[in-house]
Amino acid sequence: MTHLPIYLDYSATTPVDPRVAEKMIPYLTEIYGNPASRSHAYGWDAEKAVDTAREQVATLVNCDPKEIVWTSGATESNNLAIKGAARFYAANGKHMITIKTEHKAVLDTFRELEREGFTATYLSPLENGLIDIDALKAAIQPDTVLISVMLVNNEIGVIQDIASIGNLCREKGIIFHVDAAQATGKVDIDLEKLPVDLMSFSAHKTYGPKGIGALYVSRKPRVRLEAQMHGGGHERGFRSGTLAVHQIVGMGEAFHIAKTEMASENARIKALRDRLWAGMADMEEAYLNGDLQQRVPHNLNISFNYVEGESLMMAVKGIAVSSGSACTSSSLEPSYVLRAIGREDELAHSSIRFSIGRYTTEADVDYAIKLIKDKVGQLRELSPLWDMFKAGIDIASVQWAHGSESHRDPEKIAA
Amino acid sequence: MAYSDKVLDHYENPRNVGSFQAEDSDVGTGMVGAPACGDVMKLQIKVNEAGVIEDAKFKTYGCGSAIASSSLVTEMLKGKTLDQAMDIKNTHIAEELALPPVKIHCSVLAEDAIRAAITDYRSKNLMEAEGYNACKSAA
Repeated sequence: MTHLPIYLDYSATTPVDPRVAEKMIPYLTEIYGNPASRSHAYGWDAEKAVDTAREQVATLVNCDPKEIVWTSGATESNNLAIKGAARFYAANGKHMITIKTEHKAVLDTFRELEREGFTATYLSPLENGLIDIDALKAAIQPDTVLISVMLVNNEIGVIQDIASIGNLCREKGIIFHVDAAQATGKVDIDLEKLPVDLMSFSAHKTYGPKGIGALYVSRKPRVRLEAQMHGGGHERGFRSGTLAVHQIVGMGEAFHIAKTEMASENARIKALRDRLWAGMADMEEAYLNGDLQQRVPHNLNISFNYVEGESLMMAVKGIAVSSGSACTSSSLEPSYVLRAIGREDELAHSSIRFSIGRYTTEADVDYAIKLIKDKVGQLRELSPLWDMFKAGIDIASVQWAHGSESHRDPEKIAA
Repeated sequence: MAYSDKVLDHYENPRNVGSFQAEDSDVGTGMVGAPACGDVMKLQIKVNEAGVIEDAKFKTYGCGSAIASSSLVTEMLKGKTLDQAMDIKNTHIAEELALPPVKIHCSVLAEDAIRAAITDYRSKNLMEAEGYNACKSAA
């Protein structure tokens, strides 16, 4: 019997693979030493486990284990990479470039550096969500010191052309950071070949535990960072703090499983995603957000026109998915990622992100298709906009009685 | 967000969904809100010769609270005279549905929809609009 709601939100987080959990447990109760303790076997055993995990993470992305720095997750990795590099190389220039569709951990870090006197360019992506290389070239200034572009977008799953961007950065002597939190186990990453200086990883998007991540810091060419966390000088001074051995062991094992299984797993997941899309592509006024080809197989992001986002989320309680609408947080802000690729508010509000993973079945996908079709149909039966669309009225041309947001103004309501 | 049982009931079993012929002289139609704000309500009333609302129907594009507010309003309107209907306030709707503060605007919109429908009916039947005009009030 399938457990309801069906989990289709693997891009938000993944369950810890039971094989990973099993490896972690002894490091809580038995092998509990501090890897920094050099004077006894407890410390040595813990250090050995950390070394093994470091190698497992390095193997997945084909780099030297010495280039892996443990952090608490991709948010910290992004902060360390961007603030650390920008501040260390500030004498070379104070301009940075990123894209509007980056994760908040990158965008807000950029904003923080702007407050400190750095300047930033936020590029608009193309309509398919991909970066426009020519626009990027044009945005580079003599004082550009850092560029940050994510490998896989968290909302629409598109894969950016990291190799081309990296080559451009090398040519211009610009530090290149890549947020790869959504990419591990989904796309091949070969850091020996890729011209990338800094890359952020997270364990919990790849069936590892929450609260652990890593930052790849290139040694050839050597990239230097200003530490953000000061203390005992762990991780070669990049990130102080006692290592969370059980978490690190979990991340290592999760990445090891990803390495050995990703080829077959991605083929299976792509078949499920294609089945999901095939089941909904024939619906009227359903729009795919983001490029379908340059995309990880796990992600499908669709907008259903003439249906309001929050009521749609209420209607599809049988599946656990994410919405492009932040209505429920009372901000009434549609997804900034969908806005950046040119989706109007209404379509951005009524979007659903389906993300498929290791434990998704065909039956789950079929259930989701039926539920979406039924509920979107019901809500459209309720929708005056759907009636107008069906009657051939151009909704954009209608003069709305409340074009302003007056009815949302608390002061006017109170009056 | 946690919705009250009443909101959930109206959302899951909306009452009086549908449309009347907007051209009919005994029908008043109010359409308020805007797609960009995330809610549009269409409320229609059918008024008999005695000036009593015999029937009401709605269609709403909006969140669960907006759908529930309009569904509730169709129930409240039936059997009321136009003047009685004009007295329905957003606070009645919000209280009845136990709307959280962030959803009060849904009840305001429902009140606007009632007034717009009555105004439409009255102007069609050359009755005085009592100073309410949905379009003007937005200005």
